[in-house]
Amino acid sequence: MSTGSEIARAEAVGLEAAPSGTPAQPLLQEPGTLAAFWRRLRARKSAVAGLVIVGLLILMAVFAPWIAPYDPTATDWGNVRGAPSLAHPFGGDEVGRDVLSRIIFGARASLGAGLVSVALAVSLGLPLGLLAGYAGGWIDGAISRLTDALLAIPFLILAIALAAFLGPSLVNAMIAIGLSATSTFIRLTRAQVRAVAAEEFVEAARAMGNPPWRIARVHILPNIVPAILVQATLTIAAAIIAEASLSFLGLGQQPPEPSWGAMLNTAKNFMDEAPWMAIWPGLSIFLAVLAFNLFGDGLRDALDPRQRT
Amino acid sequence: MTKPLLDVRDLAVALDTDGGAVHAVNGVSYTLHEGETLGIVGESGSGKSVHVLAMLGLIPRPPGRITGGQVLFEGRDLLGLKERELRKIRGGAIGFVFQDPMSSLNPGMTVAAQIVEPLRIHLGLDARAARARAKELLDLVRIPNAAARLDQYPHEFSGGQRQRVMIAIGLSCRPKLLIADEATTALDVTVQAEIVALVQELKRELGMAIIWITHDLGVVAGISDTVQVMYAGRILERGPVDDIFSDPRNAYTLGLLRSLPDLSGGRAGRRRLHQIEGAPPDMRHLPPGDPFAPRNAYATPRCRSEMPPLAQAPGAAPGHLVAAWYDLPELLSREAAR
Repeated sequence: MSTGSEIARAEAVGLEAAPSGTPAQPLLQEPGTLAAFWRRLRARKSAVAGLVIVGLLILMAVFAPWIAPYDPTATDWGNVRGAPSLAHPFGGDEVGRDVLSRIIFGARASLGAGLVSVALAVSLGLPLGLLAGYAGGWIDGAISRLTDALLAIPFLILAIALAAFLGPSLVNAMIAIGLSATSTFIRLTRAQVRAVAAEEFVEAARAMGNPPWRIARVHILPNIVPAILVQATLTIAAAIIAEASLSFLGLGQQPPEPSWGAMLNTAKNFMDEAPWMAIWPGLSIFLAVLAFNLFGDGLRDALDPRQRT
Repeated sequence: MTKPLLDVRDLAVALDTDGGAVHAVNGVSYTLHEGETLGIVGESGSGKSVHVLAMLGLIPRPPGRITGGQVLFEGRDLLGLKERELRKIRGGAIGFVFQDPMSSLNPGMTVAAQIVEPLRIHLGLDARAARARAKELLDLVRIPNAAARLDQYPHEFSGGQRQRVMIAIGLSCRPKLLIADEATTALDVTVQAEIVALVQELKRELGMAIIWITHDLGVVAGISDTVQVMYAGRILERGPVDDIFSDPRNAYTLGLLRSLPDLSGGRAGRRRLHQIEGAPPDMRHLPPGDPFAPRNAYATPRCRSEMPPLAQAPGAAPGHLVAAWYDLPELLSREAAR
């Protein structure tokens, strides 16, 4: 080629031209999409209700010391199995502790277990699923067979076995629940990655000279986040139940620290004399699980690509 | 003649399937010079896409397998390069434009982020410079109000505009060679014409070589300097565009040209469209001779047993190569006399 066209080429593409006066805007911003997602989410009353309840429960857990009327572990001989009253609206338990205060503080164990265990499951499951789905071959085979083996064991049984192995404590219960939920995230991530990796824009990204890790991070990961987010929200609900179950079995939160599951465990001995000991923690678990499920379902609908414009 | 930009020598690609190896590309050789536009035509399965993807290591291996040949790009054999070195060439010295602009752009990334990608990977531009360049590229591909559209998502662009964005990405690092794989196939006819016009203008401005892969002879006629007809993973004919259209020497090329509607009007134009009888061969068990022979009314016994070499067509323009044992012009004139 002649030098003439070489110059014309340079001018037309403008490599040599200084980037003059272009405002330095962030390269990645999402005008419209986030707002549109929020609009779709808000259109679902049940999702909004779920989000509000989740928000209130989290506030309650965070500000427990300021909200709770009593110390959750302080015993009061005058309030042993005390019926609900003005002083103790939710009644008292078998050693006279205020049930309302224990419910409020118990939210920390339940929500904490839900969030921490799912965070653990996602942080393990996402990279492994990404690796399995994108690398393929024997790596995929090894990870997938391990996942199959883990999925063959019922979630709660596995969590109980792990918690028993690790020893009874709230932290160990969180680890046990998180590990038990990991296989779901590996499998979901792998399936999503394989679907997205078959898209033509991934091929185009390869033809553009992107290295594999960059394709995985920039082109595949953001496209699978919605599915992971929905699954995570729904798994939090399951994890809350799992924490309650482990605590009920004495494998989770240890007395005298409150947890909704542990409260149910003691309450079962006093179902006739003091039913309020069981009703309030039971209702709390129900409400928290319902709220996360409603929110998760709404999230799934709002993120559904078929409903995008 | 100067040294060619791209020199493909006897490239062969096979794809392993459960039913045996599919011989997708069977000894393809050609050269492409700087600034030249090569149109490659052929039907599905002719190997036209697979061979360019194979050149750049873009066919998945397995099942894909390069069974032979060399691909010299600026004197370096691409087939011998490591993946890391190939990545520097992909999107850098060789730009790509894919078939479907609807699915070739990442729906979750802004147009700016996607144009900027090769600039940052290959040229190492910082965010600000890359963004400025992205705007210039959108201007270059004639997208109006480019600055405002940088932060939009692909779904906010029309099909033709998305293909313009794809072309901008393909051209972003000033490639020596732009490969367009069925780049206008997914677009409707008026938009196709716009894209073809755009590519012609860009070629005048930037002077890159182009390989334009398509099954649309009309697009090829409008864009190419040289046309190459592929069938069953082989080149059957190749030559200057006007010569191929006016003086086809291979029966397959003739069949393709006759299957085009003639819109020139008048009585002569109102003829039944020709169709090529039969179906493409099973690529797992290719016939020993000319792969088109079983469908070819002009085939000689030798065609069925021995593959004709690609050689200068006698009496045709220089550089007009054909793989045929028969002399098509002579057969046609004899036919006309009868």
